[in-house]
Amino acid sequence: MDWGALQTILGGVNKHSTSIGKIWLTVLFIFRIMILVVAAETVWGDEQDDFVCNTLQPGCKNVCYDHFFPISHIRLWALQLIFVSTPALLVAMHVAYRRHEKKRQFRKGDQKCEFKDIEEIRRQRFRIEGALWWTYTSSIFCRLAFEAVFMYAFYFMYDGFRMPRLMKCDAWPCPNVVDCFVSRPTEKTVFTIFMIAVSSICILLNVAELCYLLTKFFLRRSKRAGNQKHHPNHENKEETKQNEMNELISDSCQNPVIGFTS
Amino acid sequence: MDWGSLQAVLGGVNKHSTSIGKIWLTVLFIFRIMILVVAAERVWGDEQQDFVCNTLQPGCRNVCYDHFFPISHIRLWALQLIFVSTPALLVAMHVAYTRHEKKRRFRNGEKIDIEELKNEKIHIRGALWWTYTSSIFFRLVFEAVFMYVFYYMYDGYQMPRLVKCDAWPCPNVVDCFVSRPTEKTTFTIFMLAVSGICITLNLAELCYLVMKICTKDSKKTP
Repeated sequence: MDWGALQTILGGVNKHSTSIGKIWLTVLFIFRIMILVVAAETVWGDEQDDFVCNTLQPGCKNVCYDHFFPISHIRLWALQLIFVSTPALLVAMHVAYRRHEKKRQFRKGDQKCEFKDIEEIRRQRFRIEGALWWTYTSSIFCRLAFEAVFMYAFYFMYDGFRMPRLMKCDAWPCPNVVDCFVSRPTEKTVFTIFMIAVSSICILLNVAELCYLLTKFFLRRSKRAGNQKHHPNHENKEETKQNEMNELISDSCQNPVIGFTS
Repeated sequence: MDWGSLQAVLGGVNKHSTSIGKIWLTVLFIFRIMILVVAAERVWGDEQQDFVCNTLQPGCRNVCYDHFFPISHIRLWALQLIFVSTPALLVAMHVAYTRHEKKRRFRNGEKIDIEELKNEKIHIRGALWWTYTSSIFFRLVFEAVFMYVFYYMYDGYQMPRLVKCDAWPCPNVVDCFVSRPTEKTTFTIFMLAVSGICITLNLAELCYLVMKICTKDSKKTP
């Protein structure tokens, strides 16, 4: 179970996302997870081995390292990425639940069910409206909250986003004040700033997606209110079906195929 | 045979679980196994290398490390996750046995559609209910046992920065310093919290199954 498995799980969620959601997922996998695995882990790989203190006192290096790095950047990023990815699973669970209900209706022989077979139910793409809209919006909101919390935790724990070259440590058993030198401080600062920048881009994408969903919701409501006003008794089934098809076609044209298969 | 293979094996069990069971499996894989593999193993990676004792006496560091860490956290978690995942295989075996019986009846000439047999969703009723409930019960027992073992072996869930060791051949009492104690404490508490969540989910699933059978019984009796 590693990042590849997470990619497989989230790839399935991709089918039911908006276009912005798909872009967000791509940015997450390529610019965050991949950078973490192929680059950042190597930069931080020797963080404790090459953390050098100007003393022969045994234990002083351990204690100073622990004092200045309570949780390593790499672990914080790994936790952040896991927490930020998982709200999407709420959407996947909701979709799976609706599919399960439709399969149950189909098996009971419900005549209202418009599907010809179980395969069609499996392939159906659900539109983001009704209860699914609320689930999707909550998942975006949770993502935003987690991103913000982790960015604040980074800032708070490391007093900013810069990695200092030298730290002065006087924790026991270090005698007096001891100079300790961090391994690769510039490279670490560069990667920290890069990850913060990509985090911010992801936050912006999430905010944009939230705005898009809210706009879609209000437009749909005003359309419905408008229709009811002009044709209060008219059965708009044909028109709504045509509108739905048009929206589906325009949606599928906008959504680029971004690599991840379910 | 690694965590990925376990995921493949348990993914099959997922089909026959309740919704709570599916949530439990997701929490197990993403918040426990994945965290163990991508984060915790690195934190504990240099635990013996960077365990430093204030002495030049050869062998003292080895003996002290062995005395304070009889079984490493990582290995205990790996054992816990394997033991906790495997009761689900009882359910898989029971389902496979039921399907095998139906196939045998089909071959003996009874009219059953084999394709339908493959796709059939088996309901949690009768003997399968007992198997499923026992598997949840075993999961709960294993989780509790391992949580207690952790608590007993490490005298709580906090990783100390300094341990004082006087095992032979260390001369008198020697100060030994643990590597990354704060990070280890954070991850221990995190894994404990997720264990707690999994126990809650298992209890909820158990209650759901018991209620299901009670309501079914009350529906049957007029």
